[in-house]
Amino acid sequence: MRLAPTVATETVLSLRAASFGYGDRPVLADADLVVHPGEVVAVLGPNGAGKSTLMKGILGLNELVSGSVTLFGIPSTEFHDRARMGYVPQRHTLSATVRATAEEIVASGRLPRLGWLGRMRATDRQIVARALDVVGLADRAATEVSTLSGGQQRRVLIARALASQPDVLIMDEPTAGVDAASQHVLAAVLERLASRAVTMVIVTHEIGALKRLFTRVVVVDSGRIQFDGTPQQYSTAQGGAHRDHDDHDMHHHDDDELDSEGGVVPRGPLDQLRGHHGWSA
Amino acid sequence: MSDLLTIDFMQRALIAALLVGTVAPMVGIFLVQRRLSLIGDGMGHVALAGVAIGLVTGQGPVLTALVAAVIAAVVIELLRDRGRTNGDVALAVIFYGGIAAGVVIISKAPDGTPANLTKYLFGSILTTQRDDLYVFAALAAVISVTTWALRPRLFAVANDEEYARAVGLPVLALNIVLAVLTAATVVIAMRVVGLLLISALMIVPNAAAQLIARSFSSGVRWAVAFGLVSAVGGVAVSYPLNTPSGGTIVLVAVAIFIVTAAVAAIITRVGQLRHAVAESHDHEHGLECGHLAVPHGDHVDYVHDGHRHAPHEGHYDEHGHDERAGSSNGPVDGAAETTGTRRS
Repeated sequence: MRLAPTVATETVLSLRAASFGYGDRPVLADADLVVHPGEVVAVLGPNGAGKSTLMKGILGLNELVSGSVTLFGIPSTEFHDRARMGYVPQRHTLSATVRATAEEIVASGRLPRLGWLGRMRATDRQIVARALDVVGLADRAATEVSTLSGGQQRRVLIARALASQPDVLIMDEPTAGVDAASQHVLAAVLERLASRAVTMVIVTHEIGALKRLFTRVVVVDSGRIQFDGTPQQYSTAQGGAHRDHDDHDMHHHDDDELDSEGGVVPRGPLDQLRGHHGWSA
Repeated sequence: MSDLLTIDFMQRALIAALLVGTVAPMVGIFLVQRRLSLIGDGMGHVALAGVAIGLVTGQGPVLTALVAAVIAAVVIELLRDRGRTNGDVALAVIFYGGIAAGVVIISKAPDGTPANLTKYLFGSILTTQRDDLYVFAALAAVISVTTWALRPRLFAVANDEEYARAVGLPVLALNIVLAVLTAATVVIAMRVVGLLLISALMIVPNAAAQLIARSFSSGVRWAVAFGLVSAVGGVAVSYPLNTPSGGTIVLVAVAIFIVTAAVAAIITRVGQLRHAVAESHDHEHGLECGHLAVPHGDHVDYVHDGHRHAPHEGHYDEHGHDERAGSSNGPVDGAAETTGTRRS
């Protein structure tokens, strides 16, 4: 893929023959992946295929068994400016052990930029307020998060990641288990971020709701990266290699004017494509 | 009450209660948040071994208890960081080893009577020494300043440890700091509350506060208020009632919890009766949703089909009729919406 010279000089992340896992047992092996600024990458695959392992490996949350990971041109072992990595974990609910407002949760995303003892200044508060605004929750800043809907809580987590002004957003299943109204808003939020050229790596099994967003599709299965290409190439590959009615299903979503509303149930077309892995884990 | 204040040991006990009542809930909220409500209890067990060593060797038991509890705190956090399943068992070994060593060693001390042991386990207003107070005050100052300075970070780590790790917060260091703060709180509490009951003063005021708080910061404020009332009130009534101060303090805290739960339930019930819920709709109101936004007190109403909808928890409340421009079914244009948000 050719990119404009201004952005081609730096890669956001680069994996070379990377294997990730726990202890000595790799869950994902031999992964090669280069993400450039401005790309919106879908990481697809059935549950247990290794896509979360890939994502956590990039974030340094599990062990790099072999190979190399480079973040913004720096080897991950020497990379300490982790505030540049925006992480949106998969949480069906935010921690309900103690009460906290949306603003308090989002403010915790600002901390990586403040050092050990730094306090929030006026600028930091503005950035937190803007992050809430971007995800459409400016009017809920003072609301206790456990009273928000699942989709709104997901957007709080996206705002938290945005608060550190990261150079890449890494999201784990942002649309899974979210009701229809929220999924629509969520897709709009992600599209807004994409239109601002925010680099995103989105782990999902629901390409339907977010189809317009992606510039690239990576498929992980059985602990390997099995496919890496444009959404068009992905559709073609699906059409050639798989059963016809699945392909039809994809196009049905594509043609649907409000395709994000097609994903009411937290399962996507890919689950159907991949057989019945969806409920296995 | 004025009588109480003139008695030397009561003055000391009340000051100790004031200190522990303030700091115990400040530290405790992070333990509640991390679902480690019982860790303070375990550290109390280990502190008993420290007390026993102090009594046998003739050192001040407060200092030896502090050393024992801090060592245990650091070891516990390192164990939690390493293993997962065996960490829990390792905690049990440390905690029960601590209290068993405490009981055995204390029996060899010159004044190692069962009565003396009871004072350390359940608290007594008679035992706070003047020297203890200086140590307690210094520890309380360190604990308050540290929790204040690190509060956002301790909150972030306790709220979502994996996220904190991913964005580069010093997770292990912050967890060790919290464990050491817990150990120091246990030691401040050992005189008036007792080593077996200190955990209650860290947790119960927070449990009550969570029933009425609407944010983390208000949760902390309520918990400190409840902690202060429990500790000072418990010490004050334990003298005329001639009861162990620790047990009395905890019973006051539990009473506050029960009353708060009852009041919170009544308020919720009344609130449900008094507010009208709007019809449910899939559309989610927001600043760019297309419906006219009207500031209303501390929140924003959205004009929807001639009605004002206010977001409330998982639904919308009905906040009356509004027939203004933009109240029609369709979304209004951006200019009208902007005007709407500025209208007061």
